[in-house]
Amino acid sequence: MSEPLHYLPATELARRVRARELSALELLRATLDRIGAADPHLGAFLHVDADGAERQAAAVDQALARRDDPGPLAGVPIALKDVIVTGGVPTTAGSRILAGWVPPASYSATVVERLRAAGAVLVGKLNLDEFAMGSSNENSAFHPVRNPWDLERVPGGSSGGAAAAVAAGLCAGALGTDTGGSIRQPAALCGVVGLKPTYGRVPRYGVVAFASSLDQVGPLARTVGDAALLFEAIAGFDPRDSTSIQEPAPRLADALTRGARGLRIGRPRELELPGVDLEVTAAVDAALDVLTHLGATVTDVSLPHAAYWLPAYYLVAPAEASSNLARYDGVRYGMRAGPPEQSLNDMYARTRGAGFGAEVKRRIMLGTFALRSGYYDAYYRKAQQVRALIARDHERAFAEVDLIATPTSPTPAFRLGEKTQDPVTMYLTDVFTMGAPLAGLPAISVPCGFTPEGLPVGLQLTARALDEATLLRAAAAYEQATDHGLRHPPEQNLAGEGRA
Amino acid sequence: MAALTREDVLEIARLARLHLEDDEVERLRGELSAILVHMERLAEVDTDGVEPMTHAVPMQLRLRADEPGAALPVEDAVGQAPDRADDFFQVPHILRPAGSGDGRGGAGGPT
Repeated sequence: MSEPLHYLPATELARRVRARELSALELLRATLDRIGAADPHLGAFLHVDADGAERQAAAVDQALARRDDPGPLAGVPIALKDVIVTGGVPTTAGSRILAGWVPPASYSATVVERLRAAGAVLVGKLNLDEFAMGSSNENSAFHPVRNPWDLERVPGGSSGGAAAAVAAGLCAGALGTDTGGSIRQPAALCGVVGLKPTYGRVPRYGVVAFASSLDQVGPLARTVGDAALLFEAIAGFDPRDSTSIQEPAPRLADALTRGARGLRIGRPRELELPGVDLEVTAAVDAALDVLTHLGATVTDVSLPHAAYWLPAYYLVAPAEASSNLARYDGVRYGMRAGPPEQSLNDMYARTRGAGFGAEVKRRIMLGTFALRSGYYDAYYRKAQQVRALIARDHERAFAEVDLIATPTSPTPAFRLGEKTQDPVTMYLTDVFTMGAPLAGLPAISVPCGFTPEGLPVGLQLTARALDEATLLRAAAAYEQATDHGLRHPPEQNLAGEGRA
Repeated sequence: MAALTREDVLEIARLARLHLEDDEVERLRGELSAILVHMERLAEVDTDGVEPMTHAVPMQLRLRADEPGAALPVEDAVGQAPDRADDFFQVPHILRPAGSGDGRGGAGGPT
């Protein structure tokens, strides 16, 4: 392979490390060099844990020297969206209110423990929209992230640092979180694969909560095979997460080679929206033609309540966020604001007023509005009822088809600052991605081409609950039939003096 | 419903324990009113007899075995508190001695 080390797939890196063709420490040094050179242009990392990563890489090499099995991700450099708690390593959720917090050494997310047990080397924490609320990464309390394909554009959000880092080869893969599209939309805008698993599939113990009936952890990767490898490592029941599904972790090797023949793919009529870029529509049409040539059939399906995804989502998610974020109160961890002689309530209010950014405040306010006495039935309960209808729409569609296909995002990456003035304009960037989490279903974004300006476009596929295998099967067949994954961001964007 | 008033915004902020500066109050009044216009479209949907969906997939909450486990070490628990006294979290006065306070002491008082 002529690819530089930092663009090799995780599957190939793990193979080389396990075969002792490449040491985990060598691979780590190359990764840290790449981060050091490219990240000043991107701002994807909030923290690089060189020391911790070195200990993990050395342990992998030592295990191999003893002829022990270091695991399927042996030596593979992985980075984590900074809502995933890492014991002994700072975790901020992109918020000033948690700036400087270092979780106790004994407290790491289940997904972190699972990645370590699989031999992965965790290189650091990735930038994001504050508390995972946003679609452009511009809501980070620390600094925005730039899109490696065009540094004047956003990487998407809220897992913007994860998508940019994976796209530019700063890590072999990353974990993000998705509540309304926060893995898939940035994956599409940065030209990588992003998988949101079925609700409850991946444990959330140790993951900072945003909206608990929607949140799910999943991988971002450069290939479908890499996404499958990461997903297999993190999925499966965890007794420490009360919403964890009691299903064994899936085995996906067969799915990746089965091809697309016989798959039934539906295109929802209600999501042929006027605001979608023609270039995006053209790329998605072309992708479905490829899948048709591979033996899939494409038909129309109906999701009658698609127009209500946005209002249902923007009531349910903020309501749950307003409750989850009540814990940031200046008592146990994080910052405290105001004079010592203030009342307890004033201390709460001043701490939260100073610690939260504009979008987080907006959502707490919206959620508090929807939950307050006298409004609950008309707003929150109504949204939950509409959500039930949205789930029913999907169930009916999946009686006719195996997958639902849409664009992931209505536009390619937009310019920094372009949508920050109007919250609703920003919310509309997730118009295709809110359905799957509302219905609890797995969905994936796969690179499906480029605009004439060279910006990536993503195809979104949604499947039945627990049927990630079919998502990955179709995505792998499509990936093999095309060469979009071989293109990388322009190297001149990542060289020279940084400015991020 | 009509657009939110400044008083609505202040009341929601009080419920959310969120201090807002004056310019934030005005900005949020406009933004939340604009967002709520979109939310009100839900009223068009006939939801008679539809059970609200509280979780993304049907699930029953489990009970774990009631067995003692290791407790969080004290230093892990309080070590990063903004203010502490010995092994405790320290907070501003919750209750003030009678006659000494401003009558709106805190969580236990009228809020």
